[in-house]
Amino acid sequence: MTRMILKWGALAALVGMALYLILALYAQQEFVFAMLFLVLTASAVFVFVNKKLYAHRYIFPAVAGMGVFVIFPLMYTVGIGFTNYSASNLLSFEQVKDNLMDRTYQSDSVRYNYELFNTDAGYVIYLEGKHQNLVSAPLALDGSDTSAPVLPASDKPAGEPLAIRDIIQLRSELSELDLLTEDGRELSMASLRAFAAINAQFTLHDNGSITNNQTDVTYFPDHDTGFYRSAEGQTLSPGWTVNIGWDNYLKVVSDPSIRGPFFEIFVWTLSFAVATVVFTLALGLLLANLLQWDQIRGKGFYRTMLILPYAVPAFISILVFKGLFNQNFGEINLVLEGLFGLRPDWFSDPALARTMILIVNTWLGYPYMMLLCMGLLQAIPRDLYEASAMDGAGPVNNLFNVTLPLIIKPLMPLLIASFAFNFNNFVLIALLTGGAPDIIGASTPAGTTDLLVSYTYRIAFQDSGQNFGLAAAIATAIFLVVGALSLINLKLSKVKV
Amino acid sequence: MAMVQPRSTKYRVLASHLGMLGFIVIILFPLLMVISISFRSGNFAAGSLLPENPSLEHWYLALGIPYTGEDGTVTQPPFPVLLWLWNSIKIAVISSVMILALSTTSAYAFARMRFAGKGFVLKSMLIFQMFPPVLSLVALYALFDQIGNHVSWLGLNTHGAVIVASLGGMALHIWTIKGYFDSIDRSLEEAAIVDGATTWQAFRYILLPLSVPILVVVFILAFIMTIMEYPMASVLLVDTDKLTLAVGAQQYLYEQNYLWGDFAAAAVLSGLPITLIFLYCQKWIVGGLTAGGVKG
Repeated sequence: MTRMILKWGALAALVGMALYLILALYAQQEFVFAMLFLVLTASAVFVFVNKKLYAHRYIFPAVAGMGVFVIFPLMYTVGIGFTNYSASNLLSFEQVKDNLMDRTYQSDSVRYNYELFNTDAGYVIYLEGKHQNLVSAPLALDGSDTSAPVLPASDKPAGEPLAIRDIIQLRSELSELDLLTEDGRELSMASLRAFAAINAQFTLHDNGSITNNQTDVTYFPDHDTGFYRSAEGQTLSPGWTVNIGWDNYLKVVSDPSIRGPFFEIFVWTLSFAVATVVFTLALGLLLANLLQWDQIRGKGFYRTMLILPYAVPAFISILVFKGLFNQNFGEINLVLEGLFGLRPDWFSDPALARTMILIVNTWLGYPYMMLLCMGLLQAIPRDLYEASAMDGAGPVNNLFNVTLPLIIKPLMPLLIASFAFNFNNFVLIALLTGGAPDIIGASTPAGTTDLLVSYTYRIAFQDSGQNFGLAAAIATAIFLVVGALSLINLKLSKVKV
Repeated sequence: MAMVQPRSTKYRVLASHLGMLGFIVIILFPLLMVISISFRSGNFAAGSLLPENPSLEHWYLALGIPYTGEDGTVTQPPFPVLLWLWNSIKIAVISSVMILALSTTSAYAFARMRFAGKGFVLKSMLIFQMFPPVLSLVALYALFDQIGNHVSWLGLNTHGAVIVASLGGMALHIWTIKGYFDSIDRSLEEAAIVDGATTWQAFRYILLPLSVPILVVVFILAFIMTIMEYPMASVLLVDTDKLTLAVGAQQYLYEQNYLWGDFAAAAVLSGLPITLIFLYCQKWIVGGLTAGGVKG
C-alpha cells in the first residue's frame, strides 16, 4: 500500500513540475517547446499508468532521451532551414514590436539646465526651463533612487550649487535617474548640464504601421522579409523570424558567393572521407595481416604499440599534431629543415593543409581498421591459404583472391559507418585547422579544409552573420546524406532484431 | 605447421619486423615528442628528444602550482587544468551511470519481452544514432536556453545540461547489452518466474549478476565517449572554470597566446590516465566498438 502511495506521489510530483514548465513555456509563446514537453509528459503518464504497456516502461527513458536530444533537435533544425532565423532576425514579431515601442529619444525642445545642491537632507536637483523651474525632493544619489518627482519652484535652494567636478563624480548615479513632472513627462540626463524630456521613439497606428517621431518616417511590417520597412525601402533593426520557404536552399544554388565555396567544400568532404577510409583500411589490413602471420613473434608488444594512437584521447592527439605542424615552432618543420632545408607552410597553403589533415586522420584511424581486420582474418579457414600456396600463389595473390573477397562482405557496413563518421568528422577540423586557410570571395565563413559539418557550425556560431537558417538548410542536406547511408548500412548488415 | 615454408621466409620475417618497428617509431614520434616537450624549459625551446636541461616548470603549472624560475620570476598557471579534468570526470561518471542504468533496463526489455513496435524502435535507434549532434546544435542550444529560463541547473553553461544531453546517445550501448543478454540462456529466469518471481526480480537478481562483465565494458565505453565529447560541450559551456578538458585544452594553442610547453605537460597529465584505462580494457572495448563503428 505504501508502495502505491509512493509511486503515485512521485508520478504526481513529476507531472506537476512538468505542467509548470509547459505552462511557463506556453505563456512565453514558445509553443514548439511547450508542445515537446507536453508530448513527453503525456506519453510518460500513459506508459506508466497503463498496465498493458509494462514492457514499454523499461524502454521509455532511453526512447525519450533519444526523442528529446536527437530526433526533436533534428526536426527543429529542418524547420529552421525554412526560416530566416539569424542574428538579425532572432526575435518573434511581438518581441520586435515591443522592443521598438520601448525605444525612446531625448527631446531637443523640452530641455532644462540644472544645478545640483548638497543640502543637509541630501542632494537637490534644481531645473531651469524656458517656462518654469522645477525642484526635486532631497535625494541620496547612491544608486538607490531610479526615479523622483519634481515640483514647480520659484526659488533656488539655499547654498552654493556643486561644481562641475563634483557632478562628474555623481554622473553614473544621475544618469540612472528619471525625473517625473506633474504633467506626466519623464526627464533624464542629456548632458552634464542638462536634463531633457524622454519621448517614445515610435507611434503605433491601427493598421500596424509605426512612425518614427523624430524623423516622421512611417514603417510597415513586411512579413515576407521579417523587417519593418519604409516606403523608400529602409528597414529597422532588429527583424523578426519569418518563414521564407526554400530561399535558403535556393541561395546555396544561385548565390555565387555561397555556391562556389559550398561545392568546393562538398567535393573536399567527399574526397576526405573516401581517402580516409581507403588509407586507414590499407594500412590497417596490412598490419593486421602481419600480426596474423605465424612466423612473427612478440605479437602482444606490436599490438599494444600499434593500438596506441587509438587509445590516446583524440582531442589531445589532434592538438599535439597542431603544435607539431606549427610553421615556426613545430618539431616537424625543425626535422624537415634539418634534413631537407624545407619549411612547409602547413596551415596557410590549401594543398598542404589538406595533406596534413589526411596524415593526422590516418594516424588516428588506422588502429580501428586494424582491430576490425584482425577479428575478420581470424575467421578465415587456414586451409584456404594452404591450398593457394600449393598453387604457387604469393602474398599479393592471397590478398586479392582469398582474403579480400572473404572479408569485404562483413566489412562493408563498418566501412560505410566509418565513411559516415569521417564525412562528419567535426572534432578533427575544429581542433586542427578550424577550416583555415579561408576560401577567397566567400560571403559566409568558409575554409579550404572545412568539411560540410564544420562549415555549417561556422555559419551558425562564428563571426557576425550567425545565419542559423542557412546553416540549418545545409544541415538538412547532410541529414539526407547520412540518412541514406545508414539505411543502406542497415540493408547490408542484415540486422536481426 | 604443416605448411612447407619457402627459403625466403627468414628474410621476409626479418623485413616484417624491421618494417613494423620502423612504423612504430614514426607512429610514436608525436607522443614521445610531447612527453619530451613537457620537460623543456620555456614555451618556444627547440631541442632533441632527450631534453638537455630538463625542467619541471610546465608540470608545476599543469598541477596548478605557481612556478618560480631561476631568475626569481613567478609564473602563474595559465589555465585550471585539474579543475577541467575534474569537471570532465564528474560529468563523465554521472552520465555514464545514468546511461548504464537506462540502457540496461531498455536492453532487458528488448532482449526478453515481446511488445508492439520492438523491431521498429531498435532499427530507428540505429539509424538516428548516426546523425552527428553537431548539426542540431542550434536546436539543442535553443532547447537548453528555454529549459534554463525555468530550471536553472539545466540551462546553458551548466554541467547538468551536458549530462542530460549525453542521454541522447544510448542506442549503441543498448545494442551492445542486448547482444550480451541474447547470448545468456533464459531458462534460469523462466524457472524463477515459475517459482513466483516478478519480471523485475528475475531481471534484478538473476540476469544482472550474470552480466557484470558487459556492464563494466559499457560503463567504460560511455565514460570514454563522454570525456572525449567536444561539440556539444563547446557550445553549452562558456565560463573558463566550467569547461571540460576537451573544450579547454585547445586554449593553450591560440596564435596570440601559444603555450606549447604548458600544453604538453597538461596533455600528458590528463591524457595518460585515459590512455591507460583504454589499453587495460582494450580487449572488451574492441568487441563493443566493432558493433557500431564509433571512432576512426
